[in-house]
Parts: sequence; C-alpha cells; structure tokens
Amino acid sequence: MHINSPKFKANVTHALADTRLQKALDFTRPSFAGRRSAAVANLPEFEQLRDIGRDIKNHTLAHLDFYLETWAANVEKAGGHVHWCSTADEARAAVLKICQDAGARTVTKGKSMISEELGINEHLEKHGIAPVETDLGEYILQIRDEGPSHIIAPAFHLNREDWEESFRKVHTDLPADRVFNERRDILTEARTRLREKFLAADVGITGANFLIAETGSSVIVTNEGNGDLTQTLPKVHIALASIEKVVPTLEDATSLLRLLARSATGQDFSVYTTFSTGGRRPGDLDGPEEYHVVLIDNGRSNMLGTEFQEMLRCIRCAACMNHCPVYFTVGGHSYGWVYPGPMGSVLTPSLIGVDQAGHLPNASTFCGKCESVCPVKIPLPKLMRHWREREFERHLSPQGTRSNLAIWAWFAKRPQLYRYATGFAARVLGWLGGNKGRVASLPFASGWTEGRDLPTPEGDTFFARYAKAQREGKA
Amino acid sequence: MPNTKPRVALFVTCLVDLHRPSVGFAAIKLLEQAGCHVEVPRAQTCCGQPAYNSGDRATARELCRGLLDAFGGYEYVVVPSGSCGGMLREHMPHLFDDDPNTRARADALAARTYELVSFLTDVMGVKSVDAAYAGTVTYHDSCAGLRELGIKAQPRALLASVDGLKLTELADAEVCCGFGGTFCVKYPEISVRMVSDKTKSIAATGADTLLAGDMGCLLNMAGRLKREGSPVKTRHIAEVLAGMTGDLPPIGEARGGEGRG
Repeated sequence: MHINSPKFKANVTHALADTRLQKALDFTRPSFAGRRSAAVANLPEFEQLRDIGRDIKNHTLAHLDFYLETWAANVEKAGGHVHWCSTADEARAAVLKICQDAGARTVTKGKSMISEELGINEHLEKHGIAPVETDLGEYILQIRDEGPSHIIAPAFHLNREDWEESFRKVHTDLPADRVFNERRDILTEARTRLREKFLAADVGITGANFLIAETGSSVIVTNEGNGDLTQTLPKVHIALASIEKVVPTLEDATSLLRLLARSATGQDFSVYTTFSTGGRRPGDLDGPEEYHVVLIDNGRSNMLGTEFQEMLRCIRCAACMNHCPVYFTVGGHSYGWVYPGPMGSVLTPSLIGVDQAGHLPNASTFCGKCESVCPVKIPLPKLMRHWREREFERHLSPQGTRSNLAIWAWFAKRPQLYRYATGFAARVLGWLGGNKGRVASLPFASGWTEGRDLPTPEGDTFFARYAKAQREGKA
Repeated sequence: MPNTKPRVALFVTCLVDLHRPSVGFAAIKLLEQAGCHVEVPRAQTCCGQPAYNSGDRATARELCRGLLDAFGGYEYVVVPSGSCGGMLREHMPHLFDDDPNTRARADALAARTYELVSFLTDVMGVKSVDAAYAGTVTYHDSCAGLRELGIKAQPRALLASVDGLKLTELADAEVCCGFGGTFCVKYPEISVRMVSDKTKSIAATGADTLLAGDMGCLLNMAGRLKREGSPVKTRHIAEVLAGMTGDLPPIGEARGGEGRG
C-alpha cells in the first residue's frame, strides 16, 4: 500500500476541512465506546481476562519459534500447506503462484489488513486475476479505490450518500428510483452483486484472527458471513496470517475470542467464528479442496527482543482507535498507511520505518485511554514514547524542537539561573498580557495562539513571591 | 506539637511557578489546614516531562536526579498536578532501570509523592474544606491524574463541601482536552479541534466556572474559552478549595474584572 504517512500534517488539514468525514466521525464516535463499555460491564471477569490475554500472548511470543513450528507441522498433518514468507514480495509471489496453479481468474476475499499491508489486490490485478472484496465495507472501498480508514470498520468514514453514489457509478443498471435510505437497502444491493462472485470464484483469500498450534487451525471472525462463503465455496482457500497470530491451544484462542468481540464491537461474540483445519476431507460435504496458509513476517521478527515486542500482542480489535480522541479528530486516512490510531502509531514505524512514520507516535497527547481499553494491555503510550526516543537518538526530530528543548533543559538543570529566566519570562509575558490577562497573538508561539488565547502569568513567579513572603516572615 | 506534623515538600511545578503562583500558595494553605508542615525546596525546577515525552531520556534523567536530591528527606512530596505527579510516581523510577542504587531512591520518592487533592483526602483524611464559592462549576478530569493516579472521586468529594458550590458533571469529562504537553504546539490543528470539542461540552453544562487539577489543561481550555468569547471562568481546583478566589482573577482574565468585559 502506498505510504502517505510523511504527509501526516497535510492529511490532517485535509481531514479537518472534510465536512462529510467529520460528520461520519461524529456520528460513529459515541457508539463504539458505548457498546464496549456495556459489554464489559456485563462480564465481571473482563479485567482478569485482560491479564490472561496478555499472558497468553507474552508466553507465545517468548516461544514463538516453537509454536510456529508446531502449528505448521499440524497444518501439514491435516493436509494443508504452509508458505513461510519473510518479506511482502515473497508473500505476494506465494499468493500469486497458488492462484495461478489453480488457474484462477476470479478471487474472492474476506477482510484482511495484512492483505492491505502486502498489496495483494494490486499484485493479482497486475497478473490478470480479478480480486473481489466481499466484506461490505471493503467492497465499497474497492469500488472507490480507497484504503480502509479503520481496521474493523474499514468504510465507516463514508455516509449513506457516499454509498449510493459509489453503487450508482459501477452498478449502471440500477433503476433511478431505487432508494438507499436504510442499511438494509445497501446490504441487499451488495449481497445481490456479490452472490454471483462467490459462485464464480476459483480461489478465496481470508485473513486469520488466530492460528492454533495444537490443531493447525486458522480462525476468522466476521459479522456478515462473507468470510465463510469466501473460504468454503472455491476450490482453494488461502489464509493470510502474520507470525504473531499463533496461540498455543484452542483454549487460549477461546480466551482471546472472549476479549476480541467485546473490545471491538461490544458484541459478546461475533456472528460468525469459523475454524479451518486443512481442506475438505473424504466424506466432508463441503470445503475447499486445497487449504494454504501464507505465513508472513514482513518485519515483525525484528520487533522481538526489542522494546516494541509488546506490540506483537495486538489482536486487532480496534478498541484503541475507537477510544482515541486524536483518531476521531483526524480519521484513519490521515495516518497515511494501513494501520491507523494508537496501534498504528506504534506498529507502522516498526514496519515501514520511523523516518517515514515519525509523525504518528508524536501525534498523541499520551492521554492513556488506548492503554486503558486494550484487551491485551499493550502500553501504547509508552511504546510511542520509545519511538520518540529512537527519533531523538537518530536526530530525526525537528531541529527547532531540539534547540528549544536544549535551551530549556540548560536552565532547568540550574535552579538558580532558572529562577532568573522564569522571573524574566513571567514579567515579559505579564507585560504582553497587559490588563487583559491574556494575549491573542504571539509570533514565537503561533502554534498556540492560532486557535487559542494565551493566558499570561499572574505577575512574579511563585518562587519570587515565596522568597519575598519568607523575607517578610509571612511564610 | 509541631514535631508530630508530617513534613511535606511542595513540588510547585514549572507551570504553577511561572503562570499561576497562587495555586502554589493555595496548596500550602490547604496542606497546612490539613495539619502538615510545608516546605518548598528551592532546588526544584521541573519534573522533566517536556524532555521525557520528546524522547530526550538523558535530560529527563538528569532533571529527575535533581529532584531526588531536592526532595530527599521529606515524608511526603505533594504536587498540585496529576501530570507531574504521574511523572514522578509512574515514570521517573523507570528512568533508572539500569542503575539499581538510584532506582531504589527513585522508588522511595515515587512512593512518597502525591497529587495535592488525593493527598488531602487519601492520606490526610480530609473530608471537607473551609471555603465558599457562589457558582455552578464543572470539572474536567485531567488524563494523567485520572488514568495514572486514579483521581476521580477525591476532587468531587472536597468540592461537595464548598459552601454555595454546585457541581454539574461534564459530558466526556474523561476525554482529553487536547493539551498533551508539546503536542499542543506540534499539532495545533488537532489540539485546537480537540479543545473546541471540550469547550462545547463545557458550554452544554451551563456551568459558570470550569475547574481542573492541572495547569496545562487549564491554560489550554481557558485559552480556547477566551478565544471563543465564552463567559466561563477557569480556575485550578486548589484555588476554590482554599477559598482564594476572592481577589484572584480567573485564568486568562484581568485583575478586577470577572468574565469577559
């Protein structure tokens, strides 16, 4: 996927001026947070489950090689095939080869963020194979040639009128009087069109929410049922999974599933939770003839053993972005790559480089809401701060910021001189505030004053007043 | 019996020192009323957050090392800010993870450090204050105080004891105001939009006064309220609890005139 993260600031300006986007963000914001908190309130052991989820993931990451090899052996035992890919190139090539070997012309796809990361659609198209997104949100985005703005609700930035416009653009046979007032109208239109694609597809590609080492299974959760049609109707099923998706046992997967939907959509469980173990066995009524898992590293193993290892616990529930005030101000596309919001602000620099994605971990107030709702307790602000440290060490942070910081630090380390400097600053600012107690414009603080007045100091600093009071015997 | 009084060091914080010294004096008054002996060590400057959150760990360490010296030997360190309190309690010790001796001193300081309002209620057992404020206030829960230090009930408990004060809860009281330290000048567009969401919620309460426990958030919210021409007054909670609002103009307003003239 094209990298737009270096243009974060310009993306933000654009997003703030986009009234349709802002309307969609305002509309969705309360429902995400409200649904999660209702679901959590209904499960007394939710907090304990978060600890269990964190521990399962930590244990697995500490023994990742063992669990991946165990999982892969069990996939093969069940008749499936594992394709180990260390880079995006290798993964794209593996997917293409499986499709070409199957003589595929049409490929249906379930929603998969790793597919976005790898750019599977573009690669297949380039080689004459037509990918068809079957998740409702991804379907409309494919029509509009847009990336997802959210990892579980990819098209929630669109309004009803956007949907109708897009449908009418490609479904040219739609009667003019056809109405798209309700969600149901949109669904019916998409279902009708997709039905023929499901039946025509030669290969179905899905993601995987979990890989289970003890059984060699992959698991997907969906609410639309499109994932099941994608993976059971065609002759060949390809599951795309990154290495950190593996968990040791079925029991572990179910513990994490109890966290996943509640954290994501506020459901107790997603509508469909599907386990795939190998392809169709003799006697099975349906299922694909071939079952492949394309296992992808693409930079993740570099995070092992570093301060960013904890990020690999992520189960992609989106609770962090659903509760993020920055995300709901700027929208997902502003982040400029596949993964938006707090989890993206940590993961994206790991995968595409902090020199490309440096804005992301900086564009956070460290309000801590994301960490407080993360089902596997990833300390997201701490990890963003680690990226800021890496930037500082590599002199990637802006020179102006560094100089200001250095001057401030020089004084702050010298309390006596600091007293003189702050005394001076307090008086100058107080003078600028005059008899109003605030200034509306300051050239060296335009970042502050372009949208806010700057309240000015009371007068003398605390330490000046305190020293005076002490001299006068009042303190 | 001065010897039985807990010896408390006030950590003034850089923003209170520069912008709002009265909050420091309000803190001293509240602590003394609660029965503490208060001192203000002169060697203090800043908790190091501007450096820490900009990725400059070395500077943050140096500043925190200074605080370990400045605040050694006190029974408690009290700070009128959840953000600086969180820095000392939750973050500062980890700056010395690779230095066991200093880490031990840091842990000891962290364990003795409290945000002002929660110190009054949770440590000193203060149930009410001797103050009056005629008005309807709303309260913004600053992020670090709320999520790092668990400060939520304490300010409300003490505000309930202020004569004449009525508290109207803010919708989204727990949502960040968009200050975020250097964030507010690094990403002003985002910050201003966030604080504008906040001022909308403030206006919707109908309160005439906005309170919070952190100068950063207060400067941000007061600055936006004044830019919008709002009549809402902004104050640090300590000013109200200490009954010091009489001749102290609200944040961002002129001496002698309440509200926007």
